[in-house]
Amino acid sequence: MKAINFLLTGVGGQGTLLASNVIAEVGLSNGYDAKKAEVHGMSQRGGSVVSHVRWGKEVFSPLISEGEADVLIAFEKLETVRFIDWLRPDGLVIVNNYCIIPLSVTTSGSIYPQDEELNALITQRSKKVHWINGIEIAEKLENTKVANMVILGALSFLLDMKAE
Amino acid sequence: MRRLLSGNEAIAYGAWEAGVAVASGYPGTPSTEILEHLVKMPGIYAEWAPNEKVALDVAIGAAYAGKRAMATMKHVGVNVAADSLFYASMTGVEAGLVIISADDPAMHSSQNEQDNRQYAKFARIACFDPADSQEARDFTIAAFDLSEQFDSPVLLRPTTRICHTSTQVTIDSVRKEFPEPGKYPRNPSKYVMIPAFARGRHPVIEARIAKLTEFAETYELNQIEERSSDLGIITGGIAYQYAREVFPEASILKLGMVYPLPPKMIKKFAQSVTNLIVLEELDPFIEEQVRLMGIKLYRHEHMYPHTKSIFPLIDELNPQIVRESAIKAGLIQGEISSKEPQKTNFPNRPPVLCAGCPHRSTFYILSKLGLPVNGDIGCYTLGVVPPLKAIDTCGCMGAGIAVAHGAAVAHDGERHIAVIGDSTFLHTGIPALLNVAYNKSNVITIILDNRITGMTGHQHNPGTGKTLMAESVPQVDIVGLVRSLGIPTVATVEAFDVQTIEKTLIDWLKKDEPAVLIIQDECALLPSARALWSSYQVVEDMCNGCTICFRIGCPAIYKSEVLDPKYNRPLAEIDPLACTGCEICAQVCPRDAIIPVEINQ
Repeated sequence: MKAINFLLTGVGGQGTLLASNVIAEVGLSNGYDAKKAEVHGMSQRGGSVVSHVRWGKEVFSPLISEGEADVLIAFEKLETVRFIDWLRPDGLVIVNNYCIIPLSVTTSGSIYPQDEELNALITQRSKKVHWINGIEIAEKLENTKVANMVILGALSFLLDMKAE
Repeated sequence: MRRLLSGNEAIAYGAWEAGVAVASGYPGTPSTEILEHLVKMPGIYAEWAPNEKVALDVAIGAAYAGKRAMATMKHVGVNVAADSLFYASMTGVEAGLVIISADDPAMHSSQNEQDNRQYAKFARIACFDPADSQEARDFTIAAFDLSEQFDSPVLLRPTTRICHTSTQVTIDSVRKEFPEPGKYPRNPSKYVMIPAFARGRHPVIEARIAKLTEFAETYELNQIEERSSDLGIITGGIAYQYAREVFPEASILKLGMVYPLPPKMIKKFAQSVTNLIVLEELDPFIEEQVRLMGIKLYRHEHMYPHTKSIFPLIDELNPQIVRESAIKAGLIQGEISSKEPQKTNFPNRPPVLCAGCPHRSTFYILSKLGLPVNGDIGCYTLGVVPPLKAIDTCGCMGAGIAVAHGAAVAHDGERHIAVIGDSTFLHTGIPALLNVAYNKSNVITIILDNRITGMTGHQHNPGTGKTLMAESVPQVDIVGLVRSLGIPTVATVEAFDVQTIEKTLIDWLKKDEPAVLIIQDECALLPSARALWSSYQVVEDMCNGCTICFRIGCPAIYKSEVLDPKYNRPLAEIDPLACTGCEICAQVCPRDAIIPVEINQ
C-alpha cells in the first residue's frame, strides 16, 4: 500500500479545512491509516492557510516535510507557489483557477503575479499541473460554495479513486 | 468504535467517558473545541466562564463537591488561572480534577510560546503529554483516575499539533457512573489555606510528588520501545511522532507522564543504549531533569546550559527540523537542504480584519487621529496590520486599559486610547477600567462590542445573552457596568457610523477626563449578519483612484486594471463575492463613487 501525502493550501475562509476532512476520511475508508493537521485561530482571518493530510500503512508525523507532498491542492492560485517547495519533484498539482488579491497588493507596491509566471514556477517543480475552473463550474451548478467539491472531484478522477 | 477525531474531540470523549460532571473554560486557540464538543454529550454541565481563573475555580469547586471536573484553556490562560492552580495543588480534591492547558508552540495564534509543563513542576502536580488523539482520549481518562488516586489536580498538556490534528481513535462510548457524593466536606485544615493550615499542607504535597515519582517507574503511560541499542531517545508528546519518523531504528523511552519523571526507568534505559538523546519541543524540560539525574547525554557539553543540546529551543518541531538538527549533531547521515529561502516578490498574505468587520471603522479613525493606542487580545489586534497600523501595544488579555493608564499617570505627552473587545473587557478589562476611574486618569477606552467572542470562532459570553448550554440569559449591560465603575462619560455608537465615531472622539479629546466609547455591531461572520450581506460597487466614471478607500484595509477592495485617465492611477474595484455591504468604504469615499449594487441595476 503506497503512502500518499496531500498538502492543501488556500486563504482563510475558503473551506480548506473542510476539504482536508474529506480527504482524510477517504483515506480511512480505503484502508489506510490517516492523519490530518491544520491550524485554527488567527491565521484563518483571510491569511494563508495550509493543512496536511497523510495516508499510509502507519502514519507517525502529521506534518509533511518539504519536498514530500505527493499532491498539492491549492484553492487559490498564488497559494500554489507559496507552498510549491513542499511538493516532491513531479508530484501532482491541482490549482483552483481563482484569485483572491491580498491586502498587501492594494496597500503596497507588491504585484499579484500573472498566470504565466505562476505556471512557470509550478512547472519547474512538476509538469503534472491541472488548472481547474472551480468557481466557474460551481457557478454553472448555481452554487459557488461547491467549488471545493469540484476540486476534490478532479482529485478523485486524477487519483483514479471511487468518487464517493 | 474507531473514528478520526481531532485531539480536542478526543479529549471531550475521554472526559465524558471518565464521567466528568462539570467543565468550565474560556475560549482560546488551540483549546476552544474541547468544550464545544463536550457540551453536546449527555449528562454534562459545561460553561464558558468570563476568564480562566473563574473557570478553574468553578472546576475546583465542583471537585470539592465530589464531582469529576475539568477546566480548559490555552497555555496563557493558565497564567490567568495560576493563583487557583497553586491553591488547588495545596488542598487536593474530593473527586478528579483535570486542567487542560493547550500549548501553542510556534505561536500560531498566541502572544508567546511558553511551555506549560513547567507549571506542573512549579505547582507540584502531574503532567500528561499526549502524542495523538488516541492518547488525548486515553490520557484524559487516566488523568481523572490519577487525580483521585493522589488527591491532586492533574495537568493535561496537549499542543496545537495534538489539538488540531485528527488521528484514529477507539472509543468505548461507555460513561463511568459514580454514586452521588456525600455531604460537602467540612475539613478546614485541608481546604482553608490560612498560613497555619497551609504549613501543614506543604509537606503533604512534597510527599505526594515523591510518591508520584515512585509510581511513575511502573506507570503504564511511560513505555520503553526496544529497537536498536545504538541510539536511545527520551521523548513525549508530538515529538514522539517525529522521533518515529526520523529515527525508525532507535529505541525510545516514551513518557506519557512528563512530570514527575521516573529516574530508575530513565537510568535503566540510558544504560541500554550507546547514545542517548532527549527529543522535546520548546524548553529543555525533560533534558534538564535527566541531566540532574547525572545521566550523560550524547554531546553532553555542547550548547548546554544556554539552550538544548541538539534540537531548537524556539518554534515547533517537524520532521525536517528534527532530521536536520540530527545531521548537524552527527547523529545521522544525510544532506541538509542548503537552498536559500526563496526570494520572490510575491505579495504576502497575513491575516487581516475580514471584509465587513465592525472593528474597521474604529481603527480607520484612530489611524487618522494618530494617537497612541494600547490594544488588547482578539480579532481587533489585527488593527495593527497595514494600512491601518493603529495599535501600538498589545501584550495579554485585559492589559491595554491599564497600560494606557500607566502612560497617563506617568504624564506621557500624548493622550492614550485603550481598545478592547467585549469578551476581553469582561475577561480582565473590568478591574483595569475600575482603576482608571478610581485613580482618575484621562484614558479613553473604546470597547469594541461585536456581540460575540470572535477570534476563537464565535463563543458566547456574558454579553451575548446565551450560554454554552444554549440557554437564554440576561445580557450584561455594558453601559450600566461602565457607569457603575465610576466613568461618567459613556456613549454607544454604531460601528458603521464612521463620522460619529470620529466626532465623538474629537469632542472627548478636548476634555481631560476618562471616557468610554462602546462601538457596537455584530461580527460580520455571525449568521444573523451574513443574512444581511449585500454588495457595493465602484462607479468607474466617478472614481479617480484617490486611494482613500484603500486606507480602510478592506480585503474586498482592490486596485482595478482600469486607470484614471487624468492621474494615471488605478481605480478601486470591489470583489462582489467578498463584499458584505458594510458601507464603510462608501462613507469615506469623497466622491460618492461607491454605491450599492442594486441601485445601479
